[in-house]
Amino acid sequence: MKIGVLAVQGAVREHILCLHRLGVEAVPVLRPADLAGLQGIILPGGESTAQWRLLSRAGLAEPLAEAIKGGLPVFGTCAGLILLAKRITNWPERYFGVLDVAVERNATGRQVDSFEATVAVDGLGEVPAVFIRAPAIREMGPGVEVLGRYAGEPVLVRQGAILGATFHPELTEDLRLHEFFLNLCRKG
Amino acid sequence: MLKGTYRVKTGFAEMFKGGVIMDVTTPEQAQIAEEAGAVAVMALERVPADIRAQGGVARMADPKKIKEIMNAVSIPVMAKCRIGHIAEARILEALGVDFIDESEVLTPADPFHHIDKWQFKVPFVCGCRDLGEACRRLAEGAAMLRTKGEAGTGNVVEAVRHMRILNDQIRRLKEMSRAELVTYAKEIGAPVEILEMIQELGRLPVVNFAAGGVATPADAALMRMLGADGVFVGSGIFKSENPEKRAKAIVLACTYYDDPELLAKVSEDLGEAMPGIEIEKIPEHALMQYR
Repeated sequence: MKIGVLAVQGAVREHILCLHRLGVEAVPVLRPADLAGLQGIILPGGESTAQWRLLSRAGLAEPLAEAIKGGLPVFGTCAGLILLAKRITNWPERYFGVLDVAVERNATGRQVDSFEATVAVDGLGEVPAVFIRAPAIREMGPGVEVLGRYAGEPVLVRQGAILGATFHPELTEDLRLHEFFLNLCRKG
Repeated sequence: MLKGTYRVKTGFAEMFKGGVIMDVTTPEQAQIAEEAGAVAVMALERVPADIRAQGGVARMADPKKIKEIMNAVSIPVMAKCRIGHIAEARILEALGVDFIDESEVLTPADPFHHIDKWQFKVPFVCGCRDLGEACRRLAEGAAMLRTKGEAGTGNVVEAVRHMRILNDQIRRLKEMSRAELVTYAKEIGAPVEILEMIQELGRLPVVNFAAGGVATPADAALMRMLGADGVFVGSGIFKSENPEKRAKAIVLACTYYDDPELLAKVSEDLGEAMPGIEIEKIPEHALMQYR
């Protein structure tokens, strides 16, 4: 199985390491040609504004949007979730707009308020999570299922083959969420 | 819920990788940087080139200025404190600055020590010229490093020198026996445990950007080719003729550093770069990297 990690900017290496530890081929995605043959793609954390500007200026935004709309399984973490969201409540832009949620950018505040905790995930139990200037999911459409909660709020959601987390599983040693995503990819 | 842990600090720095952090002195400049695709801005009163030209004691920026910049953009805002100036660092932390740069660009406040950065919730980035300096900053709790270069010169040679030295030292470290490592630790003034960690990882344990002299997209690409995780651009953008265009070009060059055709395209018609200074023309006491 070959999984891509969007590599324009951000925590690319960490996701690639997680995938390698699960015995999966992981390729950095920088150009449209890198999308060929992928069974899934991870959009890593980083700065969503920077990532989007790089994506669109390098001609990668459109082919990637088409691939996701065509059913390519995708896992967005933090900034990646913002790129996927249909609406951003406190920012005038919208990026791929494929996941029917409204997110608030930097909802946990500034870096001094960033934290680590465990998240309750359906079927997996407590999963360690790192929240960094994290977004919050404020609204969800009917097709969106909440898989993980922290302090009663949704932090991990799924809509078909689209998975989104407000936190960073790739900064922990726990591989269960990556494994969960690989299972989504196997189903296609 | 655990705040301010080392994982939260270093994890935040991981999010900058592949990106450009730009020095800004006004909210307008901060917005230009954000629109260009900067991953963070460094809020300053004067860019290094002006600090160098005007002389005098360079201090932390006015909190009002920092707050204005924080209010102007959605991306993280960093700010500099003087080396060893614990009080400036506490003020910056209280302001909610996302990262503190304990920086040789400002006039050092403590002739003996750097800040004990473990005592803070906010993460710190520090400069280094070699592996010994990098290890000492890590021992003090730095969550991110940057090679120093020579700030405010528009001359990349010192940035390259420091990155080359660091790479060479890490390469040699990887081959060392334990006995050699202990002697080497003494030689370069580095804690043994941190050298052991670097030997095992085969790289620095935190994100390392390049800084000090980056002025063109090609400079940014060069530093990435040499292994920098990203670049700080100080005076190079807002001291150039067309900051908007240059900032965008540097952002693209930082990511697509291995694509010469793209580098050629983005380097075209950027207007005048900042005026550069030859390092040999700077008197030794005016070099910031030895602070």
